[in-house]
Amino acid sequence: MNLLTVENLTVTLATGSGEAQAVRNLSFNVGRGEILGVAGESGSGKTMTALSMLGLLPYKGKASGSIMFDGREILTSTKREYRDIRGKEIAMIFQDPMTSLHPMLTVEVQLTEHLRHHRKVSKAAARNSALELLATVKIPEPAAALSAHPSQFSGGMRQRIAIAMALACEPKLLIADEPTTALDVTVQAGILKLLHQLRTDRNLSVMVITHDLGVLSSLTDRIMIMYAGSEVESGATSDLLKNPRHPYTKGLIAALPGNSEVNSKNLLSIDGMPPELGNFPTGCAFHTRCKFAKASCKETLPEVLNLTSNHRIFCPVNPFSELSNSGSN
Amino acid sequence: MKEILNLKNVAVEYDRHGRKVRAVAGVDLTLNSGEILGLVGESGCGKSTLGKAIVGILSPITGEIVFDGQKVKKLTRGKRPDHFRNLQMVFQDPYGSLNPRRKIGMQIADGLIVAGMSKKLALVKAADLLEKVGLPRNAVDRFAHQFSGGQRQRISIARALAAAPTAIIADEPISALDTSSQAQVANLLVNLVDEFDMGMVFISHDLSIVRRISDRVAVMYLGKIVEVGTVDQIWNNPSHPYTRALISAIPHADGTSFMPKDLPGDVPNPMSPPSGCRFHPRCPLAKPECSGNEPELRRLADGRDVSCVLQTAGSQPVTLTLN
Ligand SMILES: Nc1ncnc2c1ncn2[C@@H]1O[C@H](COP(=O)(O)OP(=O)(O)OP(=O)(O)O)[C@@H](O)[C@H]1O
Ligand SMILES: Nc1ncnc2c1ncn2[C@@H]1O[C@H](COP(=O)(O)OP(=O)(O)OP(=O)(O)O)[C@@H](O)[C@H]1O
Ligand code: SF4
Ligand code: SF4
Ligand SMILES: [Mg+2]
Ligand SMILES: [Mg+2]
Repeated sequence: MNLLTVENLTVTLATGSGEAQAVRNLSFNVGRGEILGVAGESGSGKTMTALSMLGLLPYKGKASGSIMFDGREILTSTKREYRDIRGKEIAMIFQDPMTSLHPMLTVEVQLTEHLRHHRKVSKAAARNSALELLATVKIPEPAAALSAHPSQFSGGMRQRIAIAMALACEPKLLIADEPTTALDVTVQAGILKLLHQLRTDRNLSVMVITHDLGVLSSLTDRIMIMYAGSEVESGATSDLLKNPRHPYTKGLIAALPGNSEVNSKNLLSIDGMPPELGNFPTGCAFHTRCKFAKASCKETLPEVLNLTSNHRIFCPVNPFSELSNSGSN
Repeated sequence: MKEILNLKNVAVEYDRHGRKVRAVAGVDLTLNSGEILGLVGESGCGKSTLGKAIVGILSPITGEIVFDGQKVKKLTRGKRPDHFRNLQMVFQDPYGSLNPRRKIGMQIADGLIVAGMSKKLALVKAADLLEKVGLPRNAVDRFAHQFSGGQRQRISIARALAAAPTAIIADEPISALDTSSQAQVANLLVNLVDEFDMGMVFISHDLSIVRRISDRVAVMYLGKIVEVGTVDQIWNNPSHPYTRALISAIPHADGTSFMPKDLPGDVPNPMSPPSGCRFHPRCPLAKPECSGNEPELRRLADGRDVSCVLQTAGSQPVTLTLN
C-alpha cells in the first residue's frame, strides 16, 4: 500500500476577482521509501498541492477530493489533527526557509521546542539531538549555531537549519519545496546525498518539488510534471527525462541550458505566456502554446493516455507516438 | 568596451554579538558595459553581501567601488542621487524585498515617479514592464502574496528595470523559475544587456545557466575571489581546486541518476576563517605550506586570475586532477 494516495485533489483559492482553482483534479501517489519529483510551470500549483496535505492553504483556500495518508483520510482533518500530522508524520521544508524559521528566536529554541513538544524529551536530550541534527546538515560549529538567530545565517545555511528542523521528529513523508534552490551545487550535492541516505536508512518517503531537472534526475525514482494545476505527464525518472512525450514536458526539457544550440546565448523556451490563475484556457490548458494543438484540444479536457504501466500523459493527440520508447529517442 | 564598475580591495563586515564577521574579505573586480559577469560560490561566501555593497546598501570597511566614474557611497534615507539610479539590484529574496501591503504596480512605478513621470503614465509603464518579464498586465493591481515564488522573481526584475539601469546586480534572479521560464528570463536579461549595453553581475547557483549566458565568471570562496576567467577557461580547465569541485558537483538532467560529487568537510565559519589558503582544510590537493601562506590572485598566461600555489603567475594553467 502506498504511503500517500491523492485522488481528484482540487484546490480553490480566493483571488482579487473571485475564487479560482489552482489545482485541478490531481491524482498521484507516493510509495513507502519512494522519492517522487514534481516539476512544472511556475505558478502551476505545486506548492498549493503540498500545502493542502498539511492543512496549510492560504486564507480562504479550500481543498476537495481525497488524501489518504498511511491508510487514513487526512483531507477532512481538524486543525488540531493537522497540527499533529505536521509534527510527527509529514514534515515540509519550503522554497523560502524563513517560512519555517522564526527570525528572532535562537536556533536552539526552535529546534528543541519542536522535539520537546512532539516527542516529550528532556531539555538536555533535546539539545543533544539538536546538535546532532545540525551536524547532519553540515552547519559549521553546531554549538555556536545553537545560540544564533536564523537572520544571522546566509540563505543556504538557513535552508540547512530548516531541513534539520523538518527531520527532528522523524517524519514518514518529507515534502521538500525547492529545497536546494538557494544552495550552491556542492552543498546541494551533499543534501541530495543526505536525502538518499535518509530514504535508505529510515525508509523515508520524499516528495520533492523543484524546477531543477538535474536535481530530479539524480534524486528521484519517479517524476510528475504539472501545468495549470493539472498533471500533464508522469513516469519513471529515466523514461520521462530521456523520452518525454507530452508537448509541455518536451518544451521544458528542450529549454535546459545544455540542450540549446551551442555557442548561442539564447536558450530555447516555450513561446507564449503562462496561463493566469482564474483564467485557465479551456480544454487542454496548454493548447494556447502547443504546436500540435487540434480543434478538439480547445474543447475537451485531455483524457489520460497510459503509454506503459508507469508512464502516462494527458494528451490524446500524442504527437510523439512514432518515436521509439526505448529511451534512445 | 567601457568599464562600468571597478572594485578595489572591497571588504565588508557584519557585527554578530559584538564579534566581527568579515563576509567580504578584499575583492578586486571589474565589470564592463555589455558584459555579463557570473558570480558563483558556496552559500554564505558573501555574494549577496558584495552585491549589496556595490549598490550602496552596505558600506565597505576598506576599499572602494567606482560606478561609471563616481565613487559609490552608502545610501541614506533621502533621495538616491540620480547618478546611482542607473545602478540597480534584483534581490535574492523576492519575499522580503516586496512590500506585502502595496500593489505591485505602485512598487514598480515608484522609481518612475521619483524620476519625474506622472503616476498614470508610470502605471502604464509598470504594466509594460510586467508584460516584458512574462506576467499579465493586470498584475499591477495585485499584491505580492498572490503570486507564486517564480512570479515574484519576475516582479523584482521588472522593478529593477523601471530605472533603465546601466548596470544590474542580479542576485539569483531566476532560481525559482521552471526551465522554460528560466530560459525566457535569461534570454530577456541577455537581450537587455545587448540592447542597452548594460553591465550585469549575475549571481547564481545554477551553473549551467551561468555557463550559457556569462562572458566571464568569478568564483568566490569565503569572502574572496579565488578564480576569474572566461566561461571557457573556467569550465574547460578550472585552475583552482575549488572551481574544480564546483564543476564536478553540477547534476546532469539526463535521466541517468548520475550522482554529483559533494565537497566533504565543514563549510568554514567567516568569524574564524582558516589560516593560509582559506580552502586548505577541504582542499584535496593541499600542500603543507597551504596552511601558512595566503595565496594572492595572480594572472596566468591565458589572462585569467587565480589564487592557488599550484599555479604560477605568467605560466599556462596546470591541469588539476582530483582523486
Ligand atoms: N495566497 C494566495 N492567494 C491567491 N492566489 C495565490 C496565493 N498563493 C499563490 N497563489 C496563486 O496560486 C497559483 C499556484 O501557486 P503555487 O504557489 O502553488 O505555484 P507553484 O507551482 O508552486 O509555482 P512556483 O514554481 O513559482 O513556486 C499561482 O497562480 C499563484 O499566483
Ligand atoms: N545581517 C547579517 N548579520 C550578520 N551576518 C550576516 C548577515 N547577513 C549575512 N551574514 C553572514 O555573512 C556571510 C555572507 O552572507 P551572504 O548572504 O552574503 O552569502 P551568499 O554568498 O549570498 O550566500 P547564499 O548563496 O546562501 O545566498 C555569511 O556567513 C552570513 O552568515
Ligand atoms: S492535448 Fe492538444 S493542446 Fe494539449 S498538449 Fe496535447 S496536442 Fe497539445
Ligand atoms: S593554495 Fe593549497 S589549499 Fe589552497 S587551493 Fe591551492 S592547493 Fe588547495
Ligand atoms: Mg512553489
Ligand atoms: Mg545570497
